[in-house]
Amino acid sequence: MITLVARPAPSRFWAWATPVLAVLATMIAGGVLFAILGKDPVEAIRVIFWDPLFGANAGYFRGQLFIKAGPLILIAAGLAVGFRAGIWNIGAEGQYIVGALCGASVALAAYPAESVLVFPAMVLAGALGGWAWGMIPALLKTRFGASEILVSLMLVYVAQNLLAWAAFGPLKNPQGFGFPGSRNLQQYPSAHNADLVAGSGIHWGVMAGFAALIGTYVLMSRHIAGFRIQIAGDAPKAARFAGVAPARLVAFCLGLSGALAGLAGMFEVAGPSGQITDSFGAGYGFTAIIVAFLGRLNPIGILLAGLLMALTYIGGDMAQLMLQLPAAAIQVFQGMLLFFLLGLDLLTNYTVKWGWARA
Amino acid sequence: MNRRSFLTTTAITATVLSLGLGGAALAQEPLKVAFMYVGPVGDMGWSFQHDQGRQAVDAAYGGRVATSYVENVPEGPDAERVLTQMALAGNKLIFATSFGYMDAVMNVAAKFPDVRFEHATGYKRADNVSTYDARFYEGRAVIGTIAGRMTKTNKIGYIGSFPIPEVVQGINSAFIHARKVNPAVEMKVVWAYTWFDPAKEADAAAALIAEGVDVLMQHTDSTAPQAKAQEAGIYTFGQASDMGAFAPTPRISSIIDNWGPYYVARVGAMLDGSWASTGSWEGIGAGAVGIGEISSAVPAEVKAEAETLAAAIGAGTYHPFTGPLNKQDGTPWLAAGEVADDGALSGLNFFVEGISAQMPQ
Repeated sequence: MITLVARPAPSRFWAWATPVLAVLATMIAGGVLFAILGKDPVEAIRVIFWDPLFGANAGYFRGQLFIKAGPLILIAAGLAVGFRAGIWNIGAEGQYIVGALCGASVALAAYPAESVLVFPAMVLAGALGGWAWGMIPALLKTRFGASEILVSLMLVYVAQNLLAWAAFGPLKNPQGFGFPGSRNLQQYPSAHNADLVAGSGIHWGVMAGFAALIGTYVLMSRHIAGFRIQIAGDAPKAARFAGVAPARLVAFCLGLSGALAGLAGMFEVAGPSGQITDSFGAGYGFTAIIVAFLGRLNPIGILLAGLLMALTYIGGDMAQLMLQLPAAAIQVFQGMLLFFLLGLDLLTNYTVKWGWARA
Repeated sequence: MNRRSFLTTTAITATVLSLGLGGAALAQEPLKVAFMYVGPVGDMGWSFQHDQGRQAVDAAYGGRVATSYVENVPEGPDAERVLTQMALAGNKLIFATSFGYMDAVMNVAAKFPDVRFEHATGYKRADNVSTYDARFYEGRAVIGTIAGRMTKTNKIGYIGSFPIPEVVQGINSAFIHARKVNPAVEMKVVWAYTWFDPAKEADAAAALIAEGVDVLMQHTDSTAPQAKAQEAGIYTFGQASDMGAFAPTPRISSIIDNWGPYYVARVGAMLDGSWASTGSWEGIGAGAVGIGEISSAVPAEVKAEAETLAAAIGAGTYHPFTGPLNKQDGTPWLAAGEVADDGALSGLNFFVEGISAQMPQ
């Protein structure tokens, strides 16, 4: 019989060891799954985790790793701040889409004028768009007590419809023969968010992701606002005595995570994606929630988690192509990672005792 | 011929022969061909049919060709990465089977000039990029005729995916031919804004059924509308694949995407070195569009009428967009006997006269 005994304080060792353990457990369970599907498990794990980093053509894939991880890191950095305060923004996907729409609208309005002001204006518009979309659940929560979880999530669907409307309507490329989708911003030099060093995969969005990690680290560990956020999450009642105004905290957290998600969308539409299409939202906003938790809501953790998630995507596509593993098996594999992480999280707060517990 | 030149000739011949043998030895190594799908291969619609085409290539060339695929690839940067992966993995011919892959194909093709790309339903080409599409509107003319004959309420429903030229062609073609055999017919259109979403498609079907529609067409890929129609006791047509599990009712026939002949021909062109960039747009005649079995629920004379029409379109003696036809607002489009040219059709963005539904703007 197994009993769980609560630890007096969460274990620092296990907080860092469980993610590593979860990855190892995922490799083993995933290997079993791949073996059942008739593939060589060792080769499959190698194709997913090793080849993109060190195999043939790794130079290309390392760059792709940053392209894929950039938006995840940028969004997760903002979400982690809110999650620490117990403010649950589940709608980063919607804020990402609206940020992209606002950024692209500015670029398309300026087209074809070439000016150094276009890109900064897009950055501003993207951040503002995401911020505004995040302020809707903030306002409804502080004024009417509506759950920010539900409101932010439902606003994702509104944003997706807005996106489809824009792609088929006002933002449609007038030279696109009636087909949906905007002009490609990659072909508009003033708006193009290109790799800073060609082929490196590092564009302004990735830099913004790094900056957001540093910024949120400073905020949480050196600034009074960070202390308030932390205490609001850990001890809401005590927070009131410490002078935390809940309404302002809600607005700050949802606004910040919204603005960062909006920025991520804007950098994506101006760079790797290039155009507004109805399928622009590829789920980064939802995956970033996993990244935030996988990274323990900690900046360094988020950086590593973002790169790890990107690796499973890139390696997963590689495994499909090279080994003809079905896409569903790759998704199950990614799901296992989250499952093991949350499951093993138990070890952080509890110790496991073998034998009969005394009643 | 003196001895010297004889020797030279022999040497050259020997060299050419050995090169030739070398070439033959290389040809023994299978040609790698990759396919990129937007949905799962099990969607029983669009991606499923493309994968059927891939399997036809395997069957036709056996060990001379090695095919592989990646499914569920989102349009955008992921598509560009997967295409690059395919090219880096040594694939020489790559089929990208969704419209939204267009810019990704163009970007990757520029980086790999010795790899050939084929992009379905797009309009951008390069020396190493071909486009291909099927004239689905030809099949719509045939099932539109059946729909016009089978409706009792004189109301036909149409689930549109997106208001893009391919879908607009289909709606117009179905309506023109339904009205040709039944002047009282009306067509109701609901836009689902998805290619594959069983829940949304079922909602769209329910909305149309509530409006009194008794024959339902769809340009979306799931079988959800078939199930709704079965409950309501009305008729439907299979989309993309045969959906024969729903025959003889509610599915009374189907419009089938058949990519096999094109894929086999293009891979063959790669094997014999004759591949060149083209824009292919084939229909019933070339076998790219098929009409599924017309079920026993359809009277024999209607079946014969539909088959005659399909044969005429296939033989090229009849074009589904033949005037006189007016645009929805009543302005003339095609004069009597005039046939729509491919340029106008490939950018079609208006309904013909008689359709009451509004085109989303």
